[in-house]
Amino acid sequence: MIEVESLTKRYGRATAVDGVSFRVEKGEILGFLGPNGAGKTTTMRILTCYLPPTEGTARVAGYDVFKDPLEVKKRVGYIPETPPLYPDMEVETFLDFCGKIKGIPGKERKAKVAEATEKARIGDVRTKLISKLSKGYRQRVGLAQAILANPEVLILDEPTAGLDPKQIIETRELIKSLGGDHTIILSTHILPEVEMTCGRVVIISKGRVVAEDTPANLTRRLKGSGALRVEVRGDRGPAFDALRAVPGVTAIRPRPDGPDATVFEVDTEPGRDVRAELAAAVVSRGLGLLGLHQAAMSLEDVFLQLTTTDAAAAPTPAATPEVNA
Amino acid sequence: MTALRNVMAIAEKEWRHYFGSPIAYVALFVWTLLFGIFFYFSFAYFLEQSMRAMGMEYGGGMKMSLNDYLIGPVLRNMAVVALFISPMLTMRLFAEEKRQGTIELLATAPIRDIEVVLGKFLAAVGLYALMILSGLVNVALIWIYATNPPEWKPILTGALALLLLGSCFIALGLFVSTLTKNQIVAGILAFCLFLGLWTLGWADDPMAGPVMKTVAYLGVTTHMDEMAKGVLELKDVVFYLSLIAFGLFLTHQSVESQRWRA
Repeated sequence: MIEVESLTKRYGRATAVDGVSFRVEKGEILGFLGPNGAGKTTTMRILTCYLPPTEGTARVAGYDVFKDPLEVKKRVGYIPETPPLYPDMEVETFLDFCGKIKGIPGKERKAKVAEATEKARIGDVRTKLISKLSKGYRQRVGLAQAILANPEVLILDEPTAGLDPKQIIETRELIKSLGGDHTIILSTHILPEVEMTCGRVVIISKGRVVAEDTPANLTRRLKGSGALRVEVRGDRGPAFDALRAVPGVTAIRPRPDGPDATVFEVDTEPGRDVRAELAAAVVSRGLGLLGLHQAAMSLEDVFLQLTTTDAAAAPTPAATPEVNA
Repeated sequence: MTALRNVMAIAEKEWRHYFGSPIAYVALFVWTLLFGIFFYFSFAYFLEQSMRAMGMEYGGGMKMSLNDYLIGPVLRNMAVVALFISPMLTMRLFAEEKRQGTIELLATAPIRDIEVVLGKFLAAVGLYALMILSGLVNVALIWIYATNPPEWKPILTGALALLLLGSCFIALGLFVSTLTKNQIVAGILAFCLFLGLWTLGWADDPMAGPVMKTVAYLGVTTHMDEMAKGVLELKDVVFYLSLIAFGLFLTHQSVESQRWRA
């Protein structure tokens, strides 16, 4: 549905997007993840034909954004970061105007406006001036505008920014429900959002794609390097020896935790699950096993590791051998 | 067909804004008030002069023309008013879209830039035409009270001249509005530009050389004089129309190129 090939956008000397390539299949919800200034908005603006790319191509539903902008625009619904609204218009009038410029014929327009109003749950503010609306409602009016013409593709630039927690959940539900019928690209820097709504994630940093996978895979990829945390009650010395004796353990870092408990962070050989052996070793020495769990890397850790410069030296997921259960 | 629909959608949106805010009412009020004042004083002066002429001996004075005493002066005065009011009609048209970010909505909707430009132009010209029409109500009074109704042609061409002049201002003002996010800046710049074009006409002088003649030709008011007399010359109309086209062309180029540079 959306094909992006080595897309590059330069502003003077600065390169905002640097050779980005990815594909989005029909009905998929793609999370576009990256810190502020990573080039998310620029990429989205190119996809919506707002900006022309410097190099590379992007096709939406088979139409090139540069050669057939009108065809692309007909098929794309877009909410920029700040929803573009006319404060002096009433919600319904605004949506009617949007319907007009989106080419919805007069007869259908009323029904479509009503439908989008209902989907975005803004029925109760239909006749209010946009300038009087709260941030949450404005965001939803923006969403109603994007889904108004029932476009094949939805491009949402941080659709939950500035909403309260309840509204965020509602918006996510709505986006999820729109997947399937629509192909959606959603940008955000909120990680749980991606984990909850997106089928696939593209992480971009400094204008480049640094990782692309399902959220589950991305977290799993790095699991192998995550340490095990073993919490033991009893003398530290024997516990340490017991754990060290388990084959596959590469390093142990003890940390006192309370008067007679210790937390051991145990590094293991990648790909080797030694949890059962560790438990057996502790228990067989007569020590109390208080807890044992895998400190799996959350998407948050993955993200930080991929997008912060300090972590550049750390193994990137591509370099880590695929290990999973 | 879709193109026309899109243009009308934009124009309607702008009209909604003009009439949803005080802009339209203030513009109409100021315009009709000034028109009325200028009309009244010109008319009073005309009546006084013609009474005096009638009272003259030896078969009265020369025949006085309503055109010279009424239409001409009112037209020239209203052209000055247009100079002041038109920046107010155009200054926010693009500047405000840029400031609000709604330009992104227009730019990502399946409409062409030229349709947006034309829609906004027509909205402003429409309001301006309405102003002219409401001013002409004064003129209609002459028909009611005069025993010899005046010629209608100079009135019509005069109104047309005013419309063309204002449309030039609007087209150029639209261009200026694309240059900034700040509508006040757009308004001031447009006003200065119009004033500049206005002063070019001062170069018109029977003794002027070819250079000054050219400069005068480019002045926006130079082409009104004949029309005020009821003479509709093709070269004047062409001058205004080409200036309008030039303004709209600049606007379109500016809107498009800003995305390339953005």
